[in-house]
Amino acid sequence: MSKPTMQRRQALQLLGAALFGTSFCGAAWAQVASGGAAGAANGMDRAFAAASLRTVLEALNAMPLPGTELSLVVPERVENGAVVPVEITSRYGGPQDLFLISEANPFPLVARFSIPEGTEPFISTRIKVAQSCNIYAVVKTGDAFYAVSQPTQVNIGGCGG
Amino acid sequence: MADPIRIRAHSREGTTEVHVLMPHPMETGFRKDASGDFIAAHYITDVHIEIAGKLVLAATLSRAVSEDPLLYFRLQGGSPGDTISVSWVDTRGEHRADDARILPA
Repeated sequence: MSKPTMQRRQALQLLGAALFGTSFCGAAWAQVASGGAAGAANGMDRAFAAASLRTVLEALNAMPLPGTELSLVVPERVENGAVVPVEITSRYGGPQDLFLISEANPFPLVARFSIPEGTEPFISTRIKVAQSCNIYAVVKTGDAFYAVSQPTQVNIGGCGG
Repeated sequence: MADPIRIRAHSREGTTEVHVLMPHPMETGFRKDASGDFIAAHYITDVHIEIAGKLVLAATLSRAVSEDPLLYFRLQGGSPGDTISVSWVDTRGEHRADDARILPA
């Protein structure tokens, strides 16, 4: 990760905190994010700064097909959105990238995992989910994208307090 | 300086299972402290994991990964005694690297 990227992200965060003293997980954040990201150097940075599922996929240049060889496990219902266990298993071969997206988060792209040859295309982790929504797993193998989604119901949002 | 990364890796019959826990606040920037001020965003962005010098997983994280990020994955290869190295970098440019030995399952 290059240094300018870090600085840009920090700048975005500070800007957001300064301008929107009362907003909370709201659309205002989203606007700051997308506006600030316009000059981002590469698609991955834009994807992480994107404020909707659609703009995340645009930044990744992805038009995913149904992920018939992809499974995503998320809890149907969670008490606390701050800690939601998720597991992606891909049955596509070769090196690939796995993406986790939480549709209703202020910044929906949660993480990217680059799976080199030899590592199983499987990852288990814990994420924050702002409110009940669909969670997406997207896999990029070569130039092809595949996606699946699962809904999760959240009682207390993971955005913090 | 953040607490050490906790790494647990077990290998059996050519398959290695890896659990990594990276103590880190993963602040989103959306939370407020007791006086109502926003707590600045501060989260890990990049994670690299190598076994015997070979990259086995690279991850790019956002603020939406839970506090103390946990990763669990598996790979073909790795033997008991091999060194597994985990490093991360966060939004403040802070970084941490730790390693461990793969154990027999």
